[in-house]
Amino acid sequence: MHELSITRNVVAIVSERAAGQRVTRVRLEIGRLSAIMPDAIRFCFDICAENTPAAGAQLEIDEIPGRASCNDCGAEVELIALVGRCPNCDSSGLRLIAGQEMKIREIELDGEMEPCA
Amino acid sequence: MCVTCGCSNTDGVTLSMPGDGEAREHVHADGTRHTHTHGFAAAPLPTHAHDAVAGLRNFRPHGPTHDHAHESALSVPGRDAHTIQLETQILGKNQLIAERNRSWLAGRGILALNLVSSPGSGKTTLLERTLTDLKTELKIGVIEGDQATSNDAERIRATGVRAVQINTGTGCHLEADMLERALGMLKPEAASLLLIENVGNLVCPALFDLGERAKVVIFSVTEGEDKPLKYPHMFGAAQVLLLSKIDLVPHLRYDVERAVANALTVNPQLKVFRVSSYTGHGLAEWYDWLKRELAACGNVAPFQPDSARPSAAAMAS
Repeated sequence: MHELSITRNVVAIVSERAAGQRVTRVRLEIGRLSAIMPDAIRFCFDICAENTPAAGAQLEIDEIPGRASCNDCGAEVELIALVGRCPNCDSSGLRLIAGQEMKIREIELDGEMEPCA
Repeated sequence: MCVTCGCSNTDGVTLSMPGDGEAREHVHADGTRHTHTHGFAAAPLPTHAHDAVAGLRNFRPHGPTHDHAHESALSVPGRDAHTIQLETQILGKNQLIAERNRSWLAGRGILALNLVSSPGSGKTTLLERTLTDLKTELKIGVIEGDQATSNDAERIRATGVRAVQINTGTGCHLEADMLERALGMLKPEAASLLLIENVGNLVCPALFDLGERAKVVIFSVTEGEDKPLKYPHMFGAAQVLLLSKIDLVPHLRYDVERAVANALTVNPQLKVFRVSSYTGHGLAEWYDWLKRELAACGNVAPFQPDSARPSAAAMAS
């Protein structure tokens, strides 16, 4: 369950960047081939965010489909798994160009300072 | 853990060296150490802000408490809701520490290998055999990762090789900061081989770079030929594949060629060794590879075994 550790990182990064303000929204970018399950992140987020500036924040996850370019025919194709063949020319020489993202895209703050703990 | 400078505030991870009793030592970024017992720590709670845009400009090593202020990235007048574009890699801090570990290891000519597999692949047995066979020839240190118990480090220690046990508690994989602290405790010798046995898990360890030279995936013939296709992240992240328990093949309906082909489909660059810790089959090739890689790390000085180590003659008998 690496999503717990991933979510802890998200909450820690977001809390630091919030610099004492309350976080109202967190937007992530997770690739479909990144081995991270968005549902597991959602499951962990509220628990990890408890007692941090991100408590109660809305979590949005943009899922990025896997894309690859074929080394042989040059086609840009969609990938649903890490291992695949080019639907155009059946080559296995696919170079991944998207789908492994693990990023915090943006956060929204309400401008109100959190009381000091 | 502060995600900007990597200082540690809370910690659910314990490190121990068998033979040191129940001591749970912690080493902070500034070198201060303390020992205590504790249970599972919750999410790392940030206690201070860093200017992530300025990166490490305001960074200096410090202990768990802060006596200095970091510049805040955000000085927002009024109380307006606003959005901040972060575009921050979630595992950026782990990557930063991993690169620091890699530099530290490279500077000392240490070959660090991250051994990954599912539980029960024979990882620890292969490690024991490798240590027993090579310990008079090479300087070796071991870092053992498990959720609980120091059984594996005890097994390693029984071979006469120094080992540090990391217990990850609820964690299902090792992370770069755990290796950093374990290195501080193990103090591996220059020009040595460092074998890191990750938590038995074919998913999560693929995502967390520790700063190793290579990931070595151990895949036993009792696991099914299609495992590389089921766990492509791990087989894709590894540079070496040890197909283990190869002596059991005559007793199984197992197609070795198909298993290797599946692994190579996922990762055509994989270096494959077919080995048995029990019969010793294929181990010579694995050992040759280890020695070549270690030599490539800058190990040019001949190693002189000290009196504390068993002599080569004693080993051969």
